[in-house]
Amino acid sequence: MGNALTYLGYFFVSIGAIFLFLGALGIFRMPDVYTRIQAGTKASTLGAMSLLLGVAFMEPDWWIKLVAMILFIAFSNPLSSHAIARGSYKNKLKPFSQEDIDAYEEVKEKMEEKE
Amino acid sequence: MKNKSLKWGRFLYTWLMLMVVWYAFTVSLAAAEIITGLIVTGIIAALNFTSFTCCGLRLFHPKRVLYLIQYAFVFIVALIKANFQVAKIVLNPKLPVNPGIVKFKTSLKSDFAKMVLANSITLTPGTLTVDLVEDEFYIHWLKMTAKDEAGIYEAIAADFEKILIKIFDK
Repeated sequence: MGNALTYLGYFFVSIGAIFLFLGALGIFRMPDVYTRIQAGTKASTLGAMSLLLGVAFMEPDWWIKLVAMILFIAFSNPLSSHAIARGSYKNKLKPFSQEDIDAYEEVKEKMEEKE
Repeated sequence: MKNKSLKWGRFLYTWLMLMVVWYAFTVSLAAAEIITGLIVTGIIAALNFTSFTCCGLRLFHPKRVLYLIQYAFVFIVALIKANFQVAKIVLNPKLPVNPGIVKFKTSLKSDFAKMVLANSITLTPGTLTVDLVEDEFYIHWLKMTAKDEAGIYEAIAADFEKILIKIFDK
């Protein structure tokens, strides 16, 4: 039984490693900062979560702390990526868009008028 | 008087939650551990309960807990599906992205529910909440599949919002 759990752990850690690699590849390939946030922070959420889950299967004594870490990633990751995206927009980085769809522009113009 | 009882409820709720976390980390029923935990979490709860709670004990209603579990399942499925979609885009030699910032209106009322929705949208890859102005979400979308507001709402938020309304706004 312990052996089966270890192999399940290997499986999840491998999945995590693959997704973390894809996240890094995404950062390298994407055209602008927003799409890079998408690839970098998101592909790595499942990557990091499944990696920690795999470790939890391999070392069952640690699972509560590992679950706490998974939850921490789940809560902090969206906040930081949102903050980076909003900050980039406020610093006038134009999002790359083939069809030029940018609904946020109007809000930003309004804000600047107020200032 | 009614207000006071609500405050007590919120304080006890925070205390209970912190105690559960304390027990999860110590995993021991020794008297010294439990007493220390009760004192420490009690002080933290007394100082901070106003910022920890938004709805008192309301969220412990069994129906809400069931919906919360359902939400967790819906969310995990969406997370895995979206991760595979982004992985496919990254691995495709042509890099078929079609990004843009779109907006939609939410029908959620409470701030807490909006926060949960915004974080869920950000956590599912391919969509990223750029800003939230009153009840309008501005979403950076990696590969747009819809252009009208109803289609955007259907594709990004409909699944999450259906359950969140039942949890927080009823």
